[in-house]
Amino acid sequence: MPYLILASATKSTLPAWVRELGLTLRILSRNPSAVLGGMIIMTMAFLALAAPFIAPYDPIMLSLPDRLQSPGSAHFFGTDELGRDIFSRILYGARISLTIGLLVVGVAGITGSLIGAVAGYFGGVIDNVIMRCMDVILSFPALVLALSLAAAMGPSLVNAILATAVVMIPKFARLVRGEALAIREMPFVAASRVAGAGHLRIIFRHILPNCLNAAIVLATLTLGDAILIAASLSFIGLGAQPPTPEWGAMIASGRKFLMDQWWYATFPGLFILVTVIGFNIFGDAVRDVLDPRIRR
Amino acid sequence: MRSYIIKRLLAAIPVLLGVTLLTFLISHAIPGDPAALIVGPKASKEAVEAIRIEHGLDKPLPIQYLRYMNGLLHGDMGQSIRNHRPVLRDLADFFPATLELTLASLFLCLAVGIPLGILAAVYRNRLADHITRIISVIGVSTPVFWLGLMLLLLLYRNLGWLPGSGRLDITSTAPPGITGLYTLDALLAGDLGLFWEALRHLILPAFCLSYVYLAVMTRIVRSSMIAALGQDYIITARAHGLSAGRIIFKHAFKNSLIPTITIAGLSFGELLGGAILTETIFSWPGMGKYVVDSITTLDFPAIMGFTLVASTAYVGINLCVDILYALLNPRIRY
Repeated sequence: MPYLILASATKSTLPAWVRELGLTLRILSRNPSAVLGGMIIMTMAFLALAAPFIAPYDPIMLSLPDRLQSPGSAHFFGTDELGRDIFSRILYGARISLTIGLLVVGVAGITGSLIGAVAGYFGGVIDNVIMRCMDVILSFPALVLALSLAAAMGPSLVNAILATAVVMIPKFARLVRGEALAIREMPFVAASRVAGAGHLRIIFRHILPNCLNAAIVLATLTLGDAILIAASLSFIGLGAQPPTPEWGAMIASGRKFLMDQWWYATFPGLFILVTVIGFNIFGDAVRDVLDPRIRR
Repeated sequence: MRSYIIKRLLAAIPVLLGVTLLTFLISHAIPGDPAALIVGPKASKEAVEAIRIEHGLDKPLPIQYLRYMNGLLHGDMGQSIRNHRPVLRDLADFFPATLELTLASLFLCLAVGIPLGILAAVYRNRLADHITRIISVIGVSTPVFWLGLMLLLLLYRNLGWLPGSGRLDITSTAPPGITGLYTLDALLAGDLGLFWEALRHLILPAFCLSYVYLAVMTRIVRSSMIAALGQDYIITARAHGLSAGRIIFKHAFKNSLIPTITIAGLSFGELLGGAILTETIFSWPGMGKYVVDSITTLDFPAIMGFTLVASTAYVGINLCVDILYALLNPRIRY
């Protein structure tokens, strides 16, 4: 018995997944693009969280005497047609865009993984029906389907998030199905079945946890796309509604003033660009580290 | 070969059925009241009720789907709420502009993306490769609508090099409509001045639309070229003393065509989606601008008509790509 205690004491007392996470982070910290992407993401997350403390002005309060001022010391990025400080609105916009990205990927990732796990685990007719449904979703150009779904549900930020998530579901379903097909043949699944585990237990205890790595990689890679599609929906009027300081919606209203007030549409777009670049290069690096099998 | 094409055509039928089913469900099952959507927001209760009966919206969903399919097969996509014209006729009017824009973008994608990809592969991990990598990371991360605005700001407003909106100057009249593509029609009519004008109007939107896919194309060409250049037959060709150009273009590039064509096909479908944003920015009178205008007036039949046309085109293009595979590589048979 002392022998056993000794064995576990020499190892870290942390649970396995924490150790694995630490290892992954260590490998990532040696990868320059992961570091750059991670820094961009952390900066954006910091700006989003600290928006109420950093933002010099209220993002929604009107101040008509200050309308359409060019960038300067009073307003770093100028003001919009209602006199609101664009810099402050962009900071609050970071909260919205990051939340959108996480929600879209969360909803799509969880739903898609469940669908894929069920399809891959059961196989046969169930698999066929589910995957053909996913094929139908994939036979629409992403933005077109998101647009018509959002239009059908009515213009609002929540609906735009849901519409974007639906479009992303098949990606996760396909990936997890593929993994599930392989995992269900593993001896431990057979052992679990012999021990009397039901379908649900096998899917939730064995199939899904083993797909987690691949799903996380895909989620990181999808985050940038999710932010772009949701911003596009807001730009055409199907997402965030005024006065919400969402980046895509800000560009849409700044468009009317493009010729004379260049700053209005320029700065929100720059922030979308930088944020999405951050997620894309970080996602690529995470893929290389965690799962070399997924290739775009 | 023929049996492969027939098999592939037959396989597209259930996909198309699925596409119609999904568009049907979006238009009939998701909105709270499809009848209210058809008559528009300001209609009275009686009008909504009349529409419900007229369009059979009081019937069960499967019956409604059959009616919907019957209409589609007779070319009936419903009526636009804005102008009370059949949606199909509206879309047909706007289609050539979108086709011209997407074809021009696809051409740019291929004409710029392939050489850049080859360059990046041949000079792997050298300066050219790093530059194309940066270009493509920015490309896949750029919001198309913002890029369009920035191009307008720079090349139209500040430098005045290119026109900012529309397919022609306001004062010009369109060339006689043979293909509906203004550049081509102007050439066919022998009007070089008009051709130049149409081309100048096309450049900004086409570049804006192609930029994202150009980035993807470059990366795909690069990686498939790298894979091809590592093959034994390349070493053999080199040992035979063939010139670098001959090896790259004749031996390596030909074998990297399959992934390139896949991406070109996929991009073409996505270009249709991107056209929504690009056309809006550049006031390009195509289907994409039409659908965005429809959103502002909540013209639901028009939105769904566009969705159906865009996805059908997407399915059709993927079908063509699959058939092209078989032509390019006789070993590919499913």
